[in-house]
Amino acid sequence: MAWTRKILRVDLSAGTCIPEALNMAWANEYLGQRGLATKYLAEEIDPTCDPLGPENKMIMATGPLTGTMASTGGRYSVITKSPLTGLVACSNSGGFIGAEMKNAGWDMIIFEGKAPEPVYLYVENDKAELRSAADLWGKSVWEADELLHKKHQDAQLRIACIGRSAEAGCLYAAVINDLHRAAGRSGVGTVMASKNLKAVAVRGTLGVGNIDDPKAFMDAVNAGKQVLAENAVTGQGLPTYGTQVLMNVINGMGAMPTRNMREVQFEGAENISGEAMHEPRASDGKPNLTTNAGCFGCTIACGRISTVDKGHFSVKNKPEYWGNSGGLEYEAAWALGSDTGVDDLDALTYVNFLCNEDGIDPISFGATVAAAMELYQAGAITRETTGGIDLSFGGADALVKMAELTATGEGFGKDLGLGSKRLCEKYGMPELSMTVKNQEFPAYDPRGIQGMGLAYATSNRGACHLRGYTVASEVLGIPFKTDPLVTDGKAELVKAFQDATAAVDSSGLCVFTTFAWSMENIAPQVDGACEGDWNVDRMLEVGERIWNLERDFNMRAGMTADQDTLPKRLLKEAANVGPAQGRVNDLDKMLPEYYELRGWTPEGQIKPETLNRLGLG
Amino acid sequence: MQYLILGAGPAGVNAAESLRRLDRGATIRIVGDEPEPPYSRMAIPYLLMDRIEERGTHLRERGDHFDAMGIDIVRARAERIDSAAHRVVLDNGEALRYDKLLIATGSSPVLPPIPGIDGPNVATCWTLADARVIHDRAQPGSHVALIGAGFIGSIILEALGMRGVKLSVIEQSERMVPRMMGPHAGGLLQRWCESKGVDVHTGAGVDGIDAGGVHLTDGSHIDADLVISATGVRSNIGFLDGSGVTVEQGVLIDRYFQTSATDIYAAGDVAQGLDFCTGEYAVHAIQPTAADHGHLAAQNMSGSPALYEGSMNMNVLDTLGLLSCSFGSWRGVEGGEHAELYSPDDYRYLLLQFDDDRLIGANAVGLSQHVGILRGLIQRRTSLGEWKGRLQRDPTRLMEAYMATTQVI
Amino acid sequence: MHRALHIDPGKCTGCLQCEMACSYENEGIFNPSKSRIKVFTFHEEGQFAPYTCTQCAEAWCQKACPVDAIQIDANTGAKVVVEARCVGCKVCTIACPFGTVNYSSATGKVIKCDLCGGDPACAKACPTAAITYIDADWTGLDKMRAYAGQSLAGTA
Repeated sequence: MAWTRKILRVDLSAGTCIPEALNMAWANEYLGQRGLATKYLAEEIDPTCDPLGPENKMIMATGPLTGTMASTGGRYSVITKSPLTGLVACSNSGGFIGAEMKNAGWDMIIFEGKAPEPVYLYVENDKAELRSAADLWGKSVWEADELLHKKHQDAQLRIACIGRSAEAGCLYAAVINDLHRAAGRSGVGTVMASKNLKAVAVRGTLGVGNIDDPKAFMDAVNAGKQVLAENAVTGQGLPTYGTQVLMNVINGMGAMPTRNMREVQFEGAENISGEAMHEPRASDGKPNLTTNAGCFGCTIACGRISTVDKGHFSVKNKPEYWGNSGGLEYEAAWALGSDTGVDDLDALTYVNFLCNEDGIDPISFGATVAAAMELYQAGAITRETTGGIDLSFGGADALVKMAELTATGEGFGKDLGLGSKRLCEKYGMPELSMTVKNQEFPAYDPRGIQGMGLAYATSNRGACHLRGYTVASEVLGIPFKTDPLVTDGKAELVKAFQDATAAVDSSGLCVFTTFAWSMENIAPQVDGACEGDWNVDRMLEVGERIWNLERDFNMRAGMTADQDTLPKRLLKEAANVGPAQGRVNDLDKMLPEYYELRGWTPEGQIKPETLNRLGLG
Repeated sequence: MQYLILGAGPAGVNAAESLRRLDRGATIRIVGDEPEPPYSRMAIPYLLMDRIEERGTHLRERGDHFDAMGIDIVRARAERIDSAAHRVVLDNGEALRYDKLLIATGSSPVLPPIPGIDGPNVATCWTLADARVIHDRAQPGSHVALIGAGFIGSIILEALGMRGVKLSVIEQSERMVPRMMGPHAGGLLQRWCESKGVDVHTGAGVDGIDAGGVHLTDGSHIDADLVISATGVRSNIGFLDGSGVTVEQGVLIDRYFQTSATDIYAAGDVAQGLDFCTGEYAVHAIQPTAADHGHLAAQNMSGSPALYEGSMNMNVLDTLGLLSCSFGSWRGVEGGEHAELYSPDDYRYLLLQFDDDRLIGANAVGLSQHVGILRGLIQRRTSLGEWKGRLQRDPTRLMEAYMATTQVI
Repeated sequence: MHRALHIDPGKCTGCLQCEMACSYENEGIFNPSKSRIKVFTFHEEGQFAPYTCTQCAEAWCQKACPVDAIQIDANTGAKVVVEARCVGCKVCTIACPFGTVNYSSATGKVIKCDLCGGDPACAKACPTAAITYIDADWTGLDKMRAYAGQSLAGTA
């Protein structure tokens, strides 16, 4: 069990909220969250549909461990067809709303159609209703959050909300929950906006029970917590520095994409690193970082809670930004900083606040600004295009202005909201876009970490580190060390990470646990909670099934295997400095082997026998 | 030392127990005029809901509790006090001597002067004896008219509602619980009750009761098999005539619980003591005040003077599942500011009254968690500092304000 | 010597493991809304603070209870709700100036921390030792105690 076995179907066109039974046959094959919701999506929508049309659906889905005491068991995902990539989107978030959904008695909420006027969904246990969001539309996430708490007079209400960027059509808008946790990537917030759905506000007091074998579950949970506590990464590195623990490490190995991925080391990395966040500022003597924070049930607590120096140019005379809020994580610090050449920690923190406040994926935003800066340098865009702003690399004030414009979709912010690919196409230099399948890269240069090149090229949602994080092995030696500069064995490694991650993403747990946990630690927790036998092999098979289901959806949506590639820069322009100097990513050495291991044809099509083996035929 | 306590309610019993702890050798007697062991009127609604049996209303769980503590319970009613002789004359003809006397005789329902109020189909809901009558007659499906939707009326309302009777409520004021909460909150309670099938008449006067029900002053008639009057209570002070004990609304006590007569103290519903919020002297006929009074009066009677800071008027109600509460000066004070949230769709309301940067009163509907901090903030006269402004902007941040201003964080 | 829960807000990360442990121990279900310990978030300040009953000596809840339903556990000193006695009148919820007694509409009774009979689940579950169960003298809760001890009476 552990599932509530109930899903809420919200027909925005009709204004109805109707409960229905969870398809348990599917739950047994796809577990929950990412896998199960993708199954629903694949069954219910035409993959070729307009992602921003009413025929697309958006699913908020929890996993069976969401809302339980399993460490990090508070995750939920937003699954839909992405307007950025045109492929399946699944953006995972922590915070508290996932567990709250579960406490309210729902495994998933499926949104379909489009509301005639802006609405929000209010869920209080089994009561669910759509209410007018006329007074919320046009407000930032933070403003809407406060209004909703006051309207319902419930400080414990958990809220997921879109910001003004989504309303303005930014193609990488996020769904923000609990003020600064994000279902960040692939424009899931844009889909939400297209449905005239401003927010989802949930209060659940029913609890999460139905644990299949409580004793076995608690034993596995406690053992798991102990492993996390004793592991150097999850027990010390992440709580102390957050994911920012990586900034200096990755930069040192020459895998830090810099200035739109032209370079692989950033001279200012130290200034924007996790270590720097602990240093007292010259101006007020306080460090950027106030404390670390945990999401629901998380015993790692990698979250950053930070302030911007009150005297910093970005927040001067803006006291509303002087308090604490969600601080920089590695991906944001990289995209907003290294990729744009900006090493002003306070500026990056402020821009990160804006990304949270108005629901912008900071990775895609930072990478798009980086592309715009290169376009500017190349003369493809000018001050006239930018509204008079000098968009040279390294300009902190320009970065801040770009964020403010993108938050509301004004001026050049509208162009930035297109994402790197469409922006570069619009200004005639598509080769400057650092994207796979239209989605911007995260923070690991595949010239310095070869396996990541294959992971990016084959990721089912476009360039992404969270679909197969071989960095764990290639950099941190988890679960075993591989050489980041060799390609041998990487196909197998990528496949293993992809499948395992798909399973973890479907369980309700956070993928960061896998710095310490193997499937040997995870399967017993799922097995204790859920009916049936959930051993390691079954978990991996579920992961592989999900991966192929996503691939199949994408192919039916019109994706072709020749999109399983990287931008020419990463395949042709060698790293200029550092340990990877002289290297490009050798994707062609890995991809054919990967296809074969996957049971796909050399052309990247899933073979019928593979589909049949996985029950997808 | 002989301690004599008149009244076996919470004030009297708490006083007796405290006295025993303070003075092991003393003689301690409680005079009570009801046949049952000391019980709580607060529990009667739950008896009517059949959630508990009669023994569940008893103030103390163990049957031999008072014997074990060496507290004698005398079944009698005090007729008069001879303060000069330090004697209390009982209705059974006996007289009891005291060194220190506590008047804790509580209060009784006031019957409005309406023709037919003394009819056989009219009941009050105050004692266990009353409860038995109502339990017997308010059967599911029967039609009951409840006159009075103040705090006590509303508690009875809940019990009657749960008994499955067809219920009409008649309140003379323009809203329910007019002395507990303001119009928004009272309006929410009314709408909620109506949504649960209760027929609520506010701003309605009763000009007669007959065997068929209740006549309202607007000429309408409400059918009822049983009429329950809950229009208010009054302190039981009638027996004090000639005792030398000064009374107004209740027995006037100073901040040491002493009455105007030597060695005579008063506590609970009968006492008119210091109001913490207003600085005036008032009767607060509520359970927490009775309990606090009892303990502190005992301390003063035993010879360790303890200055009373005053009682705060506060109440909590469950009206067919809708929780509400009221604290202190919820009407506000001159020159004070307030913060208010009104969410009629969700049956929620929150009103915070400030004097300078201190909370002095509150009303809440639909608030169910950590309600007691409202008392804490008011009673501690906590300076809210910057949190006052934050609360004015968003009153739902109450708990944060409380923690930030009172706790080690 | 009684022991007490010691709370160090500076160590709290807001993960709510304590709330789940509490509800699981007491209700057999993971349900933060039924937890006797609650973590509060101070967003602007960047702080978290677990909060529960200190088992204060004044025992406002116990004194206010009209039916003797809050009693003292002789082993731990905890003020414990005797479910069989509680009628659900909620007087204790307004009497406790710390707001640590809450009404549960699901059961029609009030709930409060009972120190789990001497082995508090919250302390065991806390990953950062923000909640520990230690000798009462060492809890450093002087401030709260002082407030708890501020009775309705001053000393004349």
